[in-house]
Amino acid sequence: MNVRTPRGKLLRNTGLYIAAFVTAAFVATPILFALLGGFKDNQQLRENALGLPSPWNAEHYTDVLTSDSFWRQVFNSVFIALATTVIVVGCAAMVAFVFARFAFRGREALFTLFAAGMMFPFAVAVLPLFIILRTFELLNSPLGVILPQAAFGLPLTIIILRSFFRAIPGEVEEAAVIDGAGPWLFFVKILLPMARPVLATVSVLALVGSWNSYLLPLVVLSRPTWWTLPLGVTQFQGQYASDTAKVLAFVMLAMLPALIFYAFAERHLISGLTSGGTKG
Amino acid sequence: MTVKEPSAAPPGEGRPEGRRGASPRRRPVGRPGAGTLTAFIAPGLLLFLLFVLLPVAFAAYVAFFRWNGLGGPPTDFIGFDNFRNLLGDDVFMGDMWRLTLLVAMSIGIQLPIAFGLAMLLHQRFPGRTVFRLLFFVPYVLTEAVTAVLFGLIFSPRRGFADSMLQSIGVETQVGWLSDRSIVLFVIFGILTWKFFGFHMILYLAGRQNIPEELYEAAAIDGAGGAQMFRNITLPLMGPTVRITIFLSVIGTVQLFDLVFVLTGGGPFHASETLAITMYDQGFGRNQIGYASALSIAMFVISLVFALFYQRYVLKRDLQGSLTTAGGGRS
Repeated sequence: MNVRTPRGKLLRNTGLYIAAFVTAAFVATPILFALLGGFKDNQQLRENALGLPSPWNAEHYTDVLTSDSFWRQVFNSVFIALATTVIVVGCAAMVAFVFARFAFRGREALFTLFAAGMMFPFAVAVLPLFIILRTFELLNSPLGVILPQAAFGLPLTIIILRSFFRAIPGEVEEAAVIDGAGPWLFFVKILLPMARPVLATVSVLALVGSWNSYLLPLVVLSRPTWWTLPLGVTQFQGQYASDTAKVLAFVMLAMLPALIFYAFAERHLISGLTSGGTKG
Repeated sequence: MTVKEPSAAPPGEGRPEGRRGASPRRRPVGRPGAGTLTAFIAPGLLLFLLFVLLPVAFAAYVAFFRWNGLGGPPTDFIGFDNFRNLLGDDVFMGDMWRLTLLVAMSIGIQLPIAFGLAMLLHQRFPGRTVFRLLFFVPYVLTEAVTAVLFGLIFSPRRGFADSMLQSIGVETQVGWLSDRSIVLFVIFGILTWKFFGFHMILYLAGRQNIPEELYEAAAIDGAGGAQMFRNITLPLMGPTVRITIFLSVIGTVQLFDLVFVLTGGGPFHASETLAITMYDQGFGRNQIGYASALSIAMFVISLVFALFYQRYVLKRDLQGSLTTAGGGRS
């Protein structure tokens, strides 16, 4: 087949669109099922699983949206994600700054120590973490989720920030020194503002990681007070196992924040989430 | 950027470096004292020691004991018994088999699909951006929430999947998640739904880094599409492919959320993963020593794989050839 002839081009384009649309259907169907299923009642779900709801029934969505537990879980997820992000980015930036711009004995060893943290799958640590958190009485406390999450986020964040900080030219630093800035002032007033794009990237990584995290909250938060959305959704499913439409509404609303975030910050999100893969 | 007052520098670092024009010798922001350096590193290091290194070291220690996690530190030292028992544990060996199977399917099916779609979306055609955005959506969703959704889709009480198949004339009597012989394949399908977009984006980035001049030159030399693909695209995509295989394997070793919520590892361990067995032993049965040994086994598997892979497979990528020049270090 020669793609340069009109007929070849037409064939090629048709094939292209077929593949693209099949994949799009594969991706979108489960999500549409949740979205539309939430507007059906259970009888409709049984008898008319594929079609549009008739009549449209917003009750399940309004039920979830007016329940206290849903909003508490949203708040908890947001709070834990923000706190994790602030801590991991803050701590990592300070460490990366020192690694990037100062020479001192043991620097490489210390950096290797942090980088080795990349090698520890989180699941390896969760059991001893549980025992340690129990000892510190951090079970059922948001800190019990925030601090370990931040700690496990450090290696990748430090690696990414260090390579960025290194690339900032020495002249910038010299100018600051001539103006009399010490390391703290240089770090806060000059380095961090210059690093805004990469800070956005690592923040997105931390936010999304925390938002999606399940195993640690599952282990640490046994009381509903601090449950995050993933815990809430799985719990809700257990509670309303026979009420599929209601669970679908809850699932859809739980996915919504991520979808909205993606719609608005698509570029940052993609570059953030894939930076782990390309910056290895 | 108005940094003027040297007095604003914090105390405890001796005289700030504001020796205006004193000497032309280059002075970096610091020769700051050890105190300043420590202050910068301390919070991160403390966090890291306390919540990463300490737990991992603790797991390595506890793995040599029989311990239920209660009543003081472990005392019943049993040497390598926990590790020996792992090798004779059908569930653990089953986990290893299922891991191998999932990895093989990911490399053999999921990644090629992602690769093909990336090549497709690299072409210019109207609507391409929309497709690219859409295909990444599943990756953005929380694994546990995705699992709840698919639990309903493959529900035993005539779920959505059955209705779909019925609408095209296929009557199904399949226990999607309750039949031991197919549950793992259903899970692989869901994993593909969730993760192909991520790999696709990486491939797309890799493809965009291949200079178009190479194709132009090849076209002038009379090369056809298939030849260009085999001699330009494939070799230059090598580094990206190797990275995605690496990420895919490491991710599969740690697989937990999706399967745990979907099936809990059942029926009869047919979909169980290493992390689920560890969770079950540790939190379900209080076999902390045994579960720790399993954690360490997981760690060793990841580590051995990572070292082996970096030594033998990623090695040439790290030597800075043309292929890594555009390796995404932006």
